[in-house]
Amino acid sequence: MSTPLEPLIHELSVPGRQGTPVPELDVPKAALPEGLVRDALPLPEVSEIDVVRHFLRLSQLNYAIDQGIYPLGSCTMKYNPKINEQTARLPGFVGAHPHQPVGTVQGALRLMYDLQTYLAEISGFAAVTVQPAAGAQGELVGVLMMRKYLLDRGETQRDTILVPDSAHGTNPASTSMTGLRVVQLPSDERGNTDLDALRSEVCERIIGIMITNPNTLGLFEEHIEEISEIVHGCGGLVYGDGANLNALVGVMHPADVGIDVMHFNLHKTFSTPHGGGGPGAGPVGVAEHLVDYLPDPVVRMTPGADGAPATYGFHHPPHSIGRVRSFWGHFGMLVRAYTYIRMHGAAGLRDVAEHAVLNANYLRSRVKEAYHVPFERICKHEFVAEGSFEGVEDVGAMEICKRLIDHGVHPPTMYFPLIVHDALMIEPTETESLRSLDHYADILLEIAEEAERDPDLLRQAPHNAPVRRLDEVGAARNPILRYEPEAEED
Amino acid sequence: MKFDSDVRYLETHEWARKQDDEIVVGISDYAQDTLSDVVYVELPEEGETVSKGDPLCVVESVKAAGDVYAPVSGKVVAVNIELEEAPEMVNQDPFGEGWLVRIAPADPDEWGDLLDIEAYKQLVEEESGS
Repeated sequence: MSTPLEPLIHELSVPGRQGTPVPELDVPKAALPEGLVRDALPLPEVSEIDVVRHFLRLSQLNYAIDQGIYPLGSCTMKYNPKINEQTARLPGFVGAHPHQPVGTVQGALRLMYDLQTYLAEISGFAAVTVQPAAGAQGELVGVLMMRKYLLDRGETQRDTILVPDSAHGTNPASTSMTGLRVVQLPSDERGNTDLDALRSEVCERIIGIMITNPNTLGLFEEHIEEISEIVHGCGGLVYGDGANLNALVGVMHPADVGIDVMHFNLHKTFSTPHGGGGPGAGPVGVAEHLVDYLPDPVVRMTPGADGAPATYGFHHPPHSIGRVRSFWGHFGMLVRAYTYIRMHGAAGLRDVAEHAVLNANYLRSRVKEAYHVPFERICKHEFVAEGSFEGVEDVGAMEICKRLIDHGVHPPTMYFPLIVHDALMIEPTETESLRSLDHYADILLEIAEEAERDPDLLRQAPHNAPVRRLDEVGAARNPILRYEPEAEED
Repeated sequence: MKFDSDVRYLETHEWARKQDDEIVVGISDYAQDTLSDVVYVELPEEGETVSKGDPLCVVESVKAAGDVYAPVSGKVVAVNIELEEAPEMVNQDPFGEGWLVRIAPADPDEWGDLLDIEAYKQLVEEESGS
């Protein structure tokens, strides 16, 4: 193996080196309990500058949305405005303690209340919780509420959730986590949920359907209202996966098409950071009949009497499924999403959806001759192309994605959804300019030409990245999850 | 693409082979090829009772994780424990060493519902062509 570009911080360790001198002991020395003292603790010994340089170099090997287009389908990797970071760092928010009496954190509570209200208005739902810490937790919350609602009506025989094969993979996972049964529904030839299959599956065992709209093909469910009617007709409920809300925000209310409960991904639609940039947040909106089942607590406003200001406090929904997160959720994310909504306003949010859809369709139109796009339809915020070329063997989505890295841009999501062979799932988002979209389209078209002319260029890619093709199979079969000094000699 | 003529198939790409009084279950060569390198196989407990069409195992590759469905109803009498250490056998020998589960069938009539090699070949042709 070649020398790594950056050693592990353990390998930078020099005995005795330190960043901060430990002060002289000025209190009585206490003995640690017998058996808890260890001789060796392999922590790296490094100076402050060692640490700063190490992590800066690592960050320079990385790729970020602040560097260029990052069109991971289903992830909505939009640019996160820097003002979000300023508001999240306001001293009153940063210094607040979760155990503070509510009378001393009225501003923070008002922000949570206003965000609940804005999200309810955006989606058309009766009430919203901002407690769930991620989209998938929001799904779990939604399923738990649906189940409890039906159990309270004595419908104990219901144990099944329908999930179309074009839904997000987290939907069946959330269902399984609650111990319920998943039944998958196929898509029809236009990329919609197959209505006949739905009709044949609905029965008194159905808790409901979890539907992603637009679905993971980037296509609007053309029969969404009919789907809601069929599911409601058998006494079930409709869960809407709001991960693709970027295509709809400001344009339609998901509640208007019969959806009973839906989560929002603040880190997608509302520009809070993804992954390493910070935790997620997955608020959940519900229709009137589920309001009393929301996680405990929700923030409530009490109007002030005789011109006094309103006050904010916690409300405990009477049939709540209980608390799902310690304290008040990921508050810093709520501040960022609130900022984003206030900066855009209603008209601005509609622009977001319109430009997200326009950008995806522009990119799709530019590359569709070179990359087969199944389901020839106007897409929403993303589209799915097949990552293979006729007559070119051993070139698939993986090879195209690795070659995109050579061209200096981030690859799209690949191998998902499973219903398209070698799927390339491309979501440019509204924050990419025409120039940026053209740049990406040009690269994709060039790669298609390269595949014809010199397929080995793709098969051996990446050539220009910090590391060459990684052994993903080896990493999955024999993961090394922990640094062990003994392994150094190998 | 290999097809074994001694086995019957499911539309979801499992195969089933009669061996003594039991049914051996695995995934087809087409299925392993589509999944690519298998990195993990989640097997059921021996003694578990399954109904035809129930999820039986999970086969996970670098591309995707897929359920393997029971071709017949019955009781799981053996699982291929070797796959815990060597999941790549599913890729290398899908009809042989890469078997997943042995089932003692509850209803002999269910065997007749499975696809023969010709029907399965046609299904694969349609699917890979689309």
